[in-house]
Amino acid sequence: MQKILILGATSAIAQATARLYAVEGAAFCLVGRGAERLEIVAQDLIARGAAEAFCLEADLGDCEGHQELIQQGDTQLGGLDLALIAHGTLGDQTAGQADFAIALNELQTNFLSPVSLLTHLANLLEPRGRGALVAISSVAGDRGRQSNYIYGAAKGGLSIFLQGLRNRLAPAGVRVLTVKPGFVDTPMTAAFAKGPLWVGPEVIAACIHHGLAKGREVVYAPWFWRYIMLIIRAIPERLFKRLKL
Amino acid sequence: MSAYQSWGRFPRVEQDARPLSWRHQPLPLAGLEGPVLAYGQGRSYGDACLNQGGTLLTTRRLDHFITFDPQEGLLRAEAGATLAEVLTFCLPRGFFLPVTPGTRYVTLGGAVANDVHGKNHHRQGTFGRHVTRLELLRSDGSRTICSPQENRELFAATIGGLGLTGLITWIELRLLPVVNPGLAVENIRFGGLPEFFALSEESDAGYDYTVAWVDCLAKGADRGRGIFMRANHLDTPPGKAPKPPRRGLVIPCQLPGWLLNPWSLKAFNALYYHWPRREVVGQVLDPLGFFYPLDALDNWNLIYGPQGLVQFQCVLPMVDAATVLGEMLTLTARSGMASFLAVLKVFGDLPSPGLLSFPRPGATLALDFPIRGRQTWDLMAELTRLARQAGGSMYPAKDACLRPDDFAAFYPHHRELDNWRDPRFSSSFWRRVTGQEGQ
Repeated sequence: MQKILILGATSAIAQATARLYAVEGAAFCLVGRGAERLEIVAQDLIARGAAEAFCLEADLGDCEGHQELIQQGDTQLGGLDLALIAHGTLGDQTAGQADFAIALNELQTNFLSPVSLLTHLANLLEPRGRGALVAISSVAGDRGRQSNYIYGAAKGGLSIFLQGLRNRLAPAGVRVLTVKPGFVDTPMTAAFAKGPLWVGPEVIAACIHHGLAKGREVVYAPWFWRYIMLIIRAIPERLFKRLKL
Repeated sequence: MSAYQSWGRFPRVEQDARPLSWRHQPLPLAGLEGPVLAYGQGRSYGDACLNQGGTLLTTRRLDHFITFDPQEGLLRAEAGATLAEVLTFCLPRGFFLPVTPGTRYVTLGGAVANDVHGKNHHRQGTFGRHVTRLELLRSDGSRTICSPQENRELFAATIGGLGLTGLITWIELRLLPVVNPGLAVENIRFGGLPEFFALSEESDAGYDYTVAWVDCLAKGADRGRGIFMRANHLDTPPGKAPKPPRRGLVIPCQLPGWLLNPWSLKAFNALYYHWPRREVVGQVLDPLGFFYPLDALDNWNLIYGPQGLVQFQCVLPMVDAATVLGEMLTLTARSGMASFLAVLKVFGDLPSPGLLSFPRPGATLALDFPIRGRQTWDLMAELTRLARQAGGSMYPAKDACLRPDDFAAFYPHHRELDNWRDPRFSSSFWRRVTGQEGQ
């Protein structure tokens, strides 16, 4: 039985991923905001076959409480096997450009908070010599673009952090998976017009499940984003700076 | 322009959408003036799932399971969960859907709101008969548990109530225990309607599932020919666990309308008719192919070209069903417009629980037509006239054409549903068939 800690358990991607493990009979500790939402997710996972689902209500933007939170989750599960970091916000780029306080908030949620959580998780798992850490980054972190470079910077920073962490934890046998979704149709992106590249959170969940089973390091979700980003990264900066992307 | 369409892609409407994600939250009505309507998968063909000038409350994320009781086979789940999701869950546990329509990509809420039926209507009746409870969230903020025992009238108004009585947040469904979801299927070729009715009568007692495909282009002596399909679940346990259902192939873009022409259709129908030998008996280990042949093409509605398609589905009292069906098939064949999805079935006499449920004893015929302007509308009007003359009825979930006087003749109780309707809920369909269009 897999014991899974989910941070940001009410996010659409986290829910879809958890369902795939619930069917296999996993046990969960669900961390997020809103006791009622957490309870709905817990019921859902139990009904689908999860062995257990504990809820811990917490504001993950607050790094102060992270160490205790990780401890608590680990204790409740009796030693976690897998931690998924899935919380995030997609802030308003224009507002963040005009007001640093808004940009800071975006960086806090999407970069500093996961970094803090990953630090505590790494220190917990490294001596045990087993376990896996998964964090949702984004293709937006692969190259800065005028339309969302604050979010992109946070996710890009997170991707680099995960890369380093993977390097550090590899000798100990702790795995680190970076997930880079493209356009995902979730409540976070409800306001966007959807094109053919959009997928549901179920598709991202399947990529995560598959990536973990296969022992992958970086998963683009769906797969074709690896090639889209390869092209986007290959455009010379001299040209790129004039593009409207 | 809203991205939300109905399955027939007609009519095109202007509407807003607000997503629902959590069942404990109140309806997001703040700042909305126009009417609202829950929208699940958009698999109704006409405008029953559309809301011109109003707002759709999309239930895609309202898809949590709540409880499952394996002893009773009772599943309680949010209304946005699809039948496909329920099947993925219940097949490995030895259960099947008690009633399923021809696609598994409908939501539980949609199945209730249209009180859908399936190939086992003669045995199990409509979907609503297997709903043990549901919760209704109304615009006044009230939450009401409805069941055949509590709040019976509101329950009856909600089953087949086209989503007009408020938002169905969750439903509780009694699943069908099966030893093996696989099927023993027989395909029998028949030469005309009398033969179809004889086969149907002979099969209803011994087979859980019966349905027929008719060649709606065949004329003269061949009129009413088709393939009769009957099946039972296998009674020996499956050797290995059934495979989880897969998503079908995707048609990458809209196909041109001329693909469906009289020659291509005639060729298809003739081939389909002659394919099985006189009587083919076989075991279908994957039940999904039997129940959902069209789900194998993810978005088959794009085959019908840019204008979209309309469906015609009626039920006719048994007394002159054969005669009227004959006239309908003659009309259809003469028009040369029909396509391959012509389905014929005899409904059983189990009463439908909904105030506005469509199924009732009689023979039901479903046809679909690509929209080609005047020609299509004239044919629809003519078919509707025949159904009305025969004392039949037509299916709201499929309809895009009915006028208020036809609707009133088919559903004399519809004023009663208006009394149970939530004042903030309405649909393009409802305003059209009750003559409130433009209001």
